[in-house]
Formats: sequence, C-alpha cells, structure tokens
Amino acid sequence: MNWGSLENFLHMGGYGAYVWGSYAVTAALLVAEVAWLRARRRTILQRLGLIERSSPHESNETSA
Amino acid sequence: MPSTPFNWFKYSSPATFYGLAGKLLPWFAIGSLGLFAAALYVGFFLAPTDFQQGESYRVIFIHVAAAWMSMFLYLLMAGYAALGLIFNTRLSAMMAQAIAPTGALFTFIALWTGALWGRPTWGTYWVWDARLTSELILLFLYVGFIALQASIEDPRRADRAGAVLAIVGAINVPIIYFSVQWWNTLHQGASVSLTRAPSMASIMLTGMLLMVFACWFYAIAVVLMRVRAIILERERSAAWVSDRLAGEQP
Repeated sequence: MNWGSLENFLHMGGYGAYVWGSYAVTAALLVAEVAWLRARRRTILQRLGLIERSSPHESNETSA
Repeated sequence: MPSTPFNWFKYSSPATFYGLAGKLLPWFAIGSLGLFAAALYVGFFLAPTDFQQGESYRVIFIHVAAAWMSMFLYLLMAGYAALGLIFNTRLSAMMAQAIAPTGALFTFIALWTGALWGRPTWGTYWVWDARLTSELILLFLYVGFIALQASIEDPRRADRAGAVLAIVGAINVPIIYFSVQWWNTLHQGASVSLTRAPSMASIMLTGMLLMVFACWFYAIAVVLMRVRAIILERERSAAWVSDRLAGEQP
C-alpha cells in the first residue's frame, strides 16, 4: 500500500477521523494503563519505606 | 515415572511468583512493542484498500483483536477465580483481580472502535442488537467484578464474592461469540473461524493475527505488573517482602 504523501495517509480515504480516532484512543489507553501501574508500584514501595519519597532521582523517573 | 527436576507448584506461592513475574515482564513488554510495530506496518502499509469499505476497514485490526482479548481475558479471569474458589489459593485470586482491569480496557476498546467503524459502514455508532449489547454487558461484568472486590474489606471474602460473580458471568462469553448466529443482527458473522477458511485476504489476516499477538503480549505484561503490585500490597507484612526488596532496584 503506497500512500504517496503523509496527507493522504492521514486522510485515510476520507475515513481519517474514524480510523485515527480508533487507534489514537487505543494507544492513549494502553500507555495510560502502563503509567498508572508504574505509579501504583512506586506508591507501594514508598509506603513500604523502600524508596525515598521525593529524591531528585525519583522525580526524574516520574516524568519518564 | 521419571522425576521432573522442575517443580511447578513452587510458583503457586505469591513470594516465588513475584520473582518469576519480574523476570518474565521485560520479555513480554519488548515482544509486545515489536509485535505492535509489525502489526501496524502490515495493517497500514502492506494491506490493500478494501474494495467495499475503502480505508475505513483498517479499524478491523484493532477492533477484532480487542474484541477477542475481551472474551479470552474474561474466561482466563473466571478460570483463575474458579481455581481460587476451589483450591483456596491466594495467587489464583490475585491473578483474577489483576486481569479484570485489562479485560475491561479491551472491552471498552472493542466497543469504542466498533462504534467508530459502525458509523461509516452501518450509518450508526450504536444499535441495541445482540452482539453489541452482550459486549456491553461484558464491560458491566468486568466493572461489577472490580467494584464488588473493592467494596469488601476482607480480601479473602472479596476474592470469594468476586469469584462467584466472575464464574456466573462467564455464561455471557458464548452468548457474545454465537450472538451473530443466534439472532438477527447488524454485526457481520465471524471472518475467521477454526472450521473453515477465513473469508478475508491473507495479508489482512496476517495483520489481524499480529495485532492479536501484540495484544496478548501487552496483556500478559500489564497483568504481571499488576499482580506484582497486588502481591506487594497484600503481603506487605510478610517477611519475604522486605527481605526480597531490600536488594532490588525500584
């Protein structure tokens, strides 16, 4: 499948909103689930006193 | 009978499984990224335009994969819940609890992508037909399972109550699967079946199967992440937790 241009690719033959609306929401939800689980793990480890609460190293990880 | 050097029952203990899950996790995470990339490449760059639906059919790759996952994960969750109920094993109940949110997520994705695909092909986002309604009930079953477990303070009682709901709700999965045969519905029949040749081009089928594998790897990775979190939360008073985590990087 040769789309010719990025514009054609995004346009999806007139169905861009439906196709990209499907894939974008899916991708956002999957990324959010992983981020949420990483935050959950960090919270538990903090509560168990196994990692520091707000060291500069940790705040770096939060933004990753 | 030869004696097996590997003891599987060892891994039914949360403490041991926690370590095993941690070792498996990166492989499933990396595998899922690679499979998603391959699936999207096949789906968007190799698969041709559909002669009837134009480009709108490209929703199929994620829609079918998510719909299959929503049903597979429910059966897996109900299976673990049943094991937990019968053998009273803590880890099985934790696995059921770890699967539920990911199952709910894939059910929502199946409904969402179905609505966005239904609009251009059927002219409507939603109809109350058998396939769509039973899939919506599946979402309510997942949410009900999560809410029920969250509402009961004692984790072992929550496990048992959740297990009963999960097992009874499993009847909905064959209803979803066969709904397109049992009732007159707007939703098309199965494009892929075990008993006959698939009714779609093989490159489209390849893209769809790659997406299913990508979703499986993703689901396994996040379920392992979540079960590790659940194990830590529930076993935090046990000595092994502090012993094990003392030397581990967060």
